[in-house]
Amino acid sequence: MKFGIGQPVTRKEDPKFLTGRGRYVDDIELPNMTHGYVLRSIHANAIINSIDVNSAKNSPGVISVLTGEDYAADEIGSITCDSINPMLSKGEPQLRPHPALIKDAVKCVGAPVAFVVAETLVQAKDAAELIQIDYEILPSVTSVLSVREKDTPIVWEGTENNISFTFGIGNEGDVAEAMKNARHITKATIVNNRITTNSMEPRSSIGAYNKGEDKLTLYSSNQSPNRVRSELAHTILHIPENKLQVISPDVGGGFGMKGGFYGEDVLVLWASRKLGRPVKWTSERLESFVTDSHARDVVADCEMVFDADGKVTGLRVSADYSVGAYVAPSGGISPMFFTLLLSGVYAIPAISVVTRCQFTNTISTAPYRGAGRPEAAFVLERLMDMAAQELGTDPVELRRKNMIKSDQMPYQTALMHAYDSGEFEQIMDEAVEKSEWHSFQSRREKSKIGGKIRGIGLASYLEGAAPFNERMEIRFDPGGDVTIVAGTHSHGQGHETVYSQMVSEFLGVPFESIRLIQGDTDKVAMGRGTVGSRSMTVGGSALHLAAEEIIEKGKKIAGHLLEAGETDIEFDSGVFSVAGTDKQINIVEVAKSSYTLVMWPPHLGMGLEGIGTFNPGMGNFPNGCQIAEVEIDPETGKVELVNLVIVGDVGTVINPLLLEGQIHGGITQGVGQATLENIVYEGKSGQLLSASFQDYTMPRADDLPLYDVSSHPVPTTTNPLGVKGAGETGTVGAPAAVLNAIVNALSSVGVKDIEMPATSEKVWQALQNAA
Amino acid sequence: MYDFTYQRASSQDEAISNYKNADDARYLAGGMTLIPVLKLRLDKPSDLIDLGDLEDLEGISEDNGNIVIKAMTNHHTVNYSDLVKKHIPALATLAGTIGDPMVRNRGTIGGSLANNDPAASYPSAVLALNATITTNMNNIEADDFFKGMFETALEEGELIKSVSFPIPEQAGYQHFPNPASRYPIVGAFVAKTGGSVRVGVTGAGPCAYRQSEFEEAWSDGNMDPERIKDIKISPEGLNSDIHASAEYRAHLVNVMARRAIA
Ligand SMILES: Cc1cc2nc3c(=O)[nH]c(=O)nc-3n(C[C@H](O)[C@H](O)[C@H](O)COP(=O)(O)OP(=O)(O)OC[C@H]3O[C@@H](n4cnc5c(N)ncnc54)[C@H](O)[C@@H]3O)c2cc1C
Repeated sequence: MKFGIGQPVTRKEDPKFLTGRGRYVDDIELPNMTHGYVLRSIHANAIINSIDVNSAKNSPGVISVLTGEDYAADEIGSITCDSINPMLSKGEPQLRPHPALIKDAVKCVGAPVAFVVAETLVQAKDAAELIQIDYEILPSVTSVLSVREKDTPIVWEGTENNISFTFGIGNEGDVAEAMKNARHITKATIVNNRITTNSMEPRSSIGAYNKGEDKLTLYSSNQSPNRVRSELAHTILHIPENKLQVISPDVGGGFGMKGGFYGEDVLVLWASRKLGRPVKWTSERLESFVTDSHARDVVADCEMVFDADGKVTGLRVSADYSVGAYVAPSGGISPMFFTLLLSGVYAIPAISVVTRCQFTNTISTAPYRGAGRPEAAFVLERLMDMAAQELGTDPVELRRKNMIKSDQMPYQTALMHAYDSGEFEQIMDEAVEKSEWHSFQSRREKSKIGGKIRGIGLASYLEGAAPFNERMEIRFDPGGDVTIVAGTHSHGQGHETVYSQMVSEFLGVPFESIRLIQGDTDKVAMGRGTVGSRSMTVGGSALHLAAEEIIEKGKKIAGHLLEAGETDIEFDSGVFSVAGTDKQINIVEVAKSSYTLVMWPPHLGMGLEGIGTFNPGMGNFPNGCQIAEVEIDPETGKVELVNLVIVGDVGTVINPLLLEGQIHGGITQGVGQATLENIVYEGKSGQLLSASFQDYTMPRADDLPLYDVSSHPVPTTTNPLGVKGAGETGTVGAPAAVLNAIVNALSSVGVKDIEMPATSEKVWQALQNAA
Repeated sequence: MYDFTYQRASSQDEAISNYKNADDARYLAGGMTLIPVLKLRLDKPSDLIDLGDLEDLEGISEDNGNIVIKAMTNHHTVNYSDLVKKHIPALATLAGTIGDPMVRNRGTIGGSLANNDPAASYPSAVLALNATITTNMNNIEADDFFKGMFETALEEGELIKSVSFPIPEQAGYQHFPNPASRYPIVGAFVAKTGGSVRVGVTGAGPCAYRQSEFEEAWSDGNMDPERIKDIKISPEGLNSDIHASAEYRAHLVNVMARRAIA
């Protein structure tokens, strides 16, 4: 089947996006629309003694200047973290809910203090410059490393330390016991640096109030419109959900960063209701750097315990995770995945993890492609390499010795998760083979002749994908064409293509006849959007169930049309037939007939449609092995990534072409963190130094080799399609593989570790220190 | 961006007199530096005087042992110029390292020199080749032109007309790009002209300068990289930022100078 499951179908949505016909929030112009500008704190920690907005209010074109005082007066709700997993949480979380306009004290650079609404954006900006704020500057702490030091500034007064919440899991007693009997313990403090998403489309929101219907509409560049509607309606605006419509049109990249709502969504809605006119706000790039949620930023003290055979008998991880000053609604997600996934692909009998989530005077952290899983994989894979070096064993063999074998599946880890399937060892062997691991030495010699130092490194990793249940609809229209109404949200993934492939296969209808509706809460009854590599699993499986429902209904109708009993009807490739006869009818004809105007049996209802909901339970566990090879110029420290092999298991492959695209993008974001990307706050002032593309290094095509991507599918039994998540696995393994390769190169001169990003200067400095 | 009056000059004289008559004017060349600055509201000129129509400010010619590049010539044109490639290939190479194709098709040599960004590429070549900058008022020697960070010898309203590069016997350029912006963290232009060697360094300090230690080591005209290998440049006074410390820059100056002629 040319367009069925497993085919490398090119994307239906490409012509639209490639010819500039996408429609993003900022492209939307509503009649009588106004423009909002957010005035933000320029200090990392300060008390606001006073705000004077008088001259701003009188500035030309200004319609309104709103402050935290107005926000409180209008009783708009506070934004709070709603993602603390109670099964992991130790003690009482300190979440510090915050308004969308800060009133008395700002806790990070970029904190919103006033919202200026004017006829034009320029007028709003001009007015914002007239706002006088008297700040009293306090000491700040921006780095999670300094949070660990004594006498560090306290972000929220009235607290003893900076801990917001703590996650803990595992059996400390068993780990202590393992340590007693240890032959070797690899100890390391492993730092995972702070990075940011940089979606191509910056965030943008329009609030529009319909006075006649007393209804609000939010256009927002967002991955989960239904979730945003629920949260905003209930906790922020205190209105019924059916009085709020959230529309997420084309969205130019989300990666988790656009997973929930932001304060600006609240501001445009509130202001539009107050002013009776639509209000648009669009982030500028600098604003994106300063206000989009950041990610990673965790430092972990780790001890990996080995017995005499090189088997890991225990693992202890004690980590500090920066959650910023204002914990984001989804601020608990990444620390949770980090905490839960520290068994990785390994059989580790005893594990104990404590993750303290720390306030810092920075913008909040929240999920970004991988969300805690790259951090966990990084810890495990750095430890494996460090241990291999300390024990003098081959890193591949050390991993092999400790990997969960496929015949041990299902496997209950020492943490919460039980894995259903996986062939970790076979996958590693395939990657080793493809990377020509065993002839590396000769390539290293060749590099040496050219004055370069070569290194190779691998990462075997696993992640947890596809959280939460999902709902999908398939319906035929009276003309026989098909519409999918998705609870998921495609913002670059290509759902229109893959869902069409699925439905075309399930129902035998033409690929071209299928259309996708998503991203509008007035059209999509319910859905949880696209985050956490979930859409193929939960959207796909729900779609499968919706198709089953259609086939069941279709059988009844076909039975009526073919004058046979429902139980005698069979369905195959789009055709209903009466068993044992040549009587048959195409599903499209059945669908058209289902809308017959008169003389239609009442028990057959009207129309042909199905609704599927699917609950993935604990989700699934995509995994893989990546092997990176680097060449280092010792004179400048410049690292060149010369090869990257990935063998991955994402279960059943729906579309190998789109899968490869997901893997490429994912790897690239991981490579970016390993070698280039870094969020840097200036220590004393708490100013963001890496606030533009002049200073924040995004990976570019010429930084990257052609990746060698292949699949080793081990379909999961936890969903009807056998699919596993595919959106994040590239990012989960890449940082560790690349860093291991760099350290492998540098270990020839005695370097044991280097922090991400391994920039030229850092590598050069490490070489200097080693010399 | 703040409001300003946009003017399009139809002659050099008009540009210069309009500049004088305006409150606080800026010439607009390629706009690759000025427009971003305006968009970030970091500058608030009353008038922009666009030089885009002044065809007599564009072009490359050979004149008496010099390559003369007029101020409004963009980087792409220099990069692809047969004349430049033939006589000063290192200069064509340098132009090809600036920014990306969009920037190279807009940005001009005059704008680059007038702006004098500490990381601008051209100033290293201007110094190493001992070029002369011709304005509506003066002929300015390279050594007198770059005064400090974003500071030049240009007076208020002075218009760069052309830059004249003596043709060297040998020249080379290498830079170590900032991974984010791709401007040079350090760039070194090494040239031998009339037997004497000059080394222009950009990116390392507040503005481009000559590395006299290297020039001395190569003063007999033999530019053997080995001769400078052990010369340690002092990091004192060099730039330091999140991409490179002064110490690293000092080291790179040596590496880039050697690679420029390797
Ligand atoms: C993404 C990006 C990457 C870049 N990378 C590099 C790089 O690697 N190396 C590098 O060197 N540069 C780089 N640049 C800068 C680029 O080369 C600019 O074009 C240059 O610095 C300014 O030239 P312009 O013609 O655009 O000048 P404009 O931006 O128009 O003007 C700059 C300044 O010069 C003044 N000016 C312009 N022309 C004259 C004149 N004839 N006489 C007197 N004053 C004048 C203007 O008034 C203004 O103050 C980059 C720019 C961008 C946007």
